[in-house]
Amino acid sequence: MSEALAATTFSFRRVGAMVLRYLYLLRGSWPRIAELVYWPVVQMILWGLITKFFVTNSSWIAQAGGVLIAGVLLWDVLVRSQFGIAVSFLEEVWSRNLGQLFVTPLRPYELMLSFAAMSLLRTLIGVVPAALLAIPLYSYSIFTLGLPLLAFFVNLMIFGWAIGLAISGCILRYGLGAENLAWLAIFAFAPISGVYYPVAILPHWLQPVAWLLPSVYVFEGMRAVMFEHIFRSDLILRALALNALYLTLGGATFLAFFRAVRRRGLLLQMGE
Amino acid sequence: MPRSALKGSVVARVRDLTKRFGEVTAVDGVSFSLRRGDTVALLGGNGAGKTTTLSMLLGLLLPSAGTVEVLGEDMLAHRHRVLHRINFSSPYVEMPRRLTPFENLAVYGHLYGLSRVRDRVLAIAEELMLTPFLKRPMSTLSAGQRSRVALAKALLNEPELLLLDELTASLDPDTADWVRGFLERYRARTGATILLASHNMAEVERLCSDVLMMKGGRIVDRGAPAALIARYGRRNLEEVFLDIARREERLAAQ
Repeated sequence: MSEALAATTFSFRRVGAMVLRYLYLLRGSWPRIAELVYWPVVQMILWGLITKFFVTNSSWIAQAGGVLIAGVLLWDVLVRSQFGIAVSFLEEVWSRNLGQLFVTPLRPYELMLSFAAMSLLRTLIGVVPAALLAIPLYSYSIFTLGLPLLAFFVNLMIFGWAIGLAISGCILRYGLGAENLAWLAIFAFAPISGVYYPVAILPHWLQPVAWLLPSVYVFEGMRAVMFEHIFRSDLILRALALNALYLTLGGATFLAFFRAVRRRGLLLQMGE
Repeated sequence: MPRSALKGSVVARVRDLTKRFGEVTAVDGVSFSLRRGDTVALLGGNGAGKTTTLSMLLGLLLPSAGTVEVLGEDMLAHRHRVLHRINFSSPYVEMPRRLTPFENLAVYGHLYGLSRVRDRVLAIAEELMLTPFLKRPMSTLSAGQRSRVALAKALLNEPELLLLDELTASLDPDTADWVRGFLERYRARTGATILLASHNMAEVERLCSDVLMMKGGRIVDRGAPAALIARYGRRNLEEVFLDIARREERLAAQ
């Protein structure tokens, strides 16, 4: 392939270059790796203890002892997925590097893809140790969910990417004043995602809103597997359809704000 | 065809380039051409529109009006066709300080699609005397060392058009002199075109065959350094610069 053609078409090599950059950053800072693992493990221990208490005091939880631990681990997949996108983007903003990147042949969508790849890696680094630790601590393995676990994982990852891209677009447009969105926005979805309880317990007026979130279908699907031992493919397909919509919107938001930033000349100024 | 055979052909053409930020017009109808093998300076005070013009040439900033053509391509519509043939360095953008120069340069080598990235990085590091600190974090390097790494990044892909914004601003006189010499040799060897935004008049006199004097977003004069000095009846380019910068104040005082 000629250099000119390679520069104008999609390039896995450029995506790989950006992934390499984030791996260098991650490798060079052990506190960042520790931070990735820390919170999922703390959450798992906390909810494991709560589960132990409820197993003897709640008939609902007693039916499926790991439901709270599974909930917390899958919720962390969503959180880590969104953080994974936002942190990679913020690394570029903090190091005042966006201007350098976008005078190379790198395309915005290639950058987004590298964010997604790093988000997957960061999520695995964060959640897998906590999931493994739950086995000796509470005799619960989330891997007993079997293949449905993969469907839950994929949907939560994609939803996290969609939110992460939209937030990164906002930070691109509005600067580091919007940085807190990266750390806080995801938690607005927690109460209505039905992580620890069925959506049916939400107020009636809130339930239609909750069903707009792919995460709701995942957690309802998880409880169906754990309580009824059935895999609700209908729930997963609806989650996938919503995710396709939200990922498109998230990516479009990032690209629209990128264009706005090029109009306003902020790429060279963005940074701390 | 070797680049030297194309000497004198137009590498970049800017026509009626304008950038408005709300009520403020940062660049106002600027037109110029850059020819292969030339080193051209954009001179002007703070806020004259130099960095804004460079940003539009690179496609980092969308113009309000006008056209930018680089290496035969419209930068508004097809910048990705030529980005691998140009490069840029500015003190206003940095590279991650937690990475080493080698890591940073390797990433850019891949982004530019170079073959044998490791060899290329080691070679450019050798040329720019970066080898002793190639594996140290950028955060531990002096400002001058970081500037040389930035220059190495800008030369990694042997660009045909090199845009430099205040190249030697953070360098001591000795290092700055060495960098200017290096750029002269690079241009002579590759036939590259260099557009240099600078406040350093001595640097411009030494490096540049042509000067575009900017003020208030416009090109108010242009010509070879010696021709400008003669036309204004001054001893050096700094005096020409001050003459132009203070012309309106003088007229107002009269």
